[in-house]
Amino acid sequence: MSKGTIMAAVTIAPDYITGDLPIVIARDEDEREKLARHLANVLQSTVHDLGNGTYLIVQH
Amino acid sequence: MLDSKFRRGDCMEKYLLVAVSGILAGFLTRIALLRVDYRQYPGYPHGFVTHLSMGFIAASLGAIAVPALLKPDYAAFTFLALAAQQFREIRSMERQTLESLEESELVQRGKDYIEGIARTFEARNYLVMATAFVTSLITQFLGLLPGIAGGIVLVLISLLFKSGDTIGDICEVVPAKLNFKDTILHVDHINIMSVGLKDSRKKILHEGLGVILKPKNDDARATIHDIGQRLAIAHTAATILGTKKDIDMPEFTPMLRKDPDTGQVGFYIVPNEPDIKALIEAVKQAPVLESAATRPLKSRAGRYASD
Repeated sequence: MSKGTIMAAVTIAPDYITGDLPIVIARDEDEREKLARHLANVLQSTVHDLGNGTYLIVQH
Repeated sequence: MLDSKFRRGDCMEKYLLVAVSGILAGFLTRIALLRVDYRQYPGYPHGFVTHLSMGFIAASLGAIAVPALLKPDYAAFTFLALAAQQFREIRSMERQTLESLEESELVQRGKDYIEGIARTFEARNYLVMATAFVTSLITQFLGLLPGIAGGIVLVLISLLFKSGDTIGDICEVVPAKLNFKDTILHVDHINIMSVGLKDSRKKILHEGLGVILKPKNDDARATIHDIGQRLAIAHTAATILGTKKDIDMPEFTPMLRKDPDTGQVGFYIVPNEPDIKALIEAVKQAPVLESAATRPLKSRAGRYASD
């Protein structure tokens, strides 16, 4: 079975995320949505909502 | 002198008849077993040619074994073993073809399904050989007409082997509602996956379909919990109904997840044809894979556990 890889994070709550991955900071929820969609398309990945203001872009 | 020569000629003709009847029955079996269905496999003319010619060879070997035995030429008979070796090749040939195609499938078959198909192709050649052998045997000892009749019966028996169980035999398939709890997609109560984007969630709710597979007993439960089996179901449904998935939209991948408590399996798909009846039919006709079929109820421990 394949494992997921975290490709990037898109967030409106930059205080609550850290780590060794591309973190994209969005101005508001709409922009987060748009950025996440772009990134997911480019990286051929899915978007997962952590629920704390951060979207993770994960390749499965 | 003349008498013996005449007898030898007679003999040859008899064997020829025996061999031809066997070859014919075997070849007919191969043709009957080679049917293109929704799987579109082998859907290529060259695949057809390969399999028919291998079938012909198998039929010839089976049919000629009878005269070889009666002659008696036992060395010739041992060539059957060599033939079996050759037919093993078919299996790896099929496996390789399908595995190389797999990379470019949107919804993959899965290794188990490929192995099942490859094994079937190998086994069918043995079936052809056996049909040819038995038909020849009947023709040799009972004559041409019983041989023909026996051949027809054997072809029909072989057809019984063609279709194994389908999911419809071991499970009930019922329509279910897709819904989101927060961002987690559910088919009724079964957790499928997390979808982050609002647009995707809307599209899934609008165009997606869900069904629940209810296993009829513990054997069926074990079978549909096999990952390879689940991939095969997803592949079958996606082949028949189409899928809106593309490489940059992996969230539309058809997916099956189990409910660990009840053993039911939820299936989610975003098809091109959003028709729930078609989906149920498609899932029902997905094959039960040999490698996934397990029979815990056949063991004493399994029966205790099922109480």
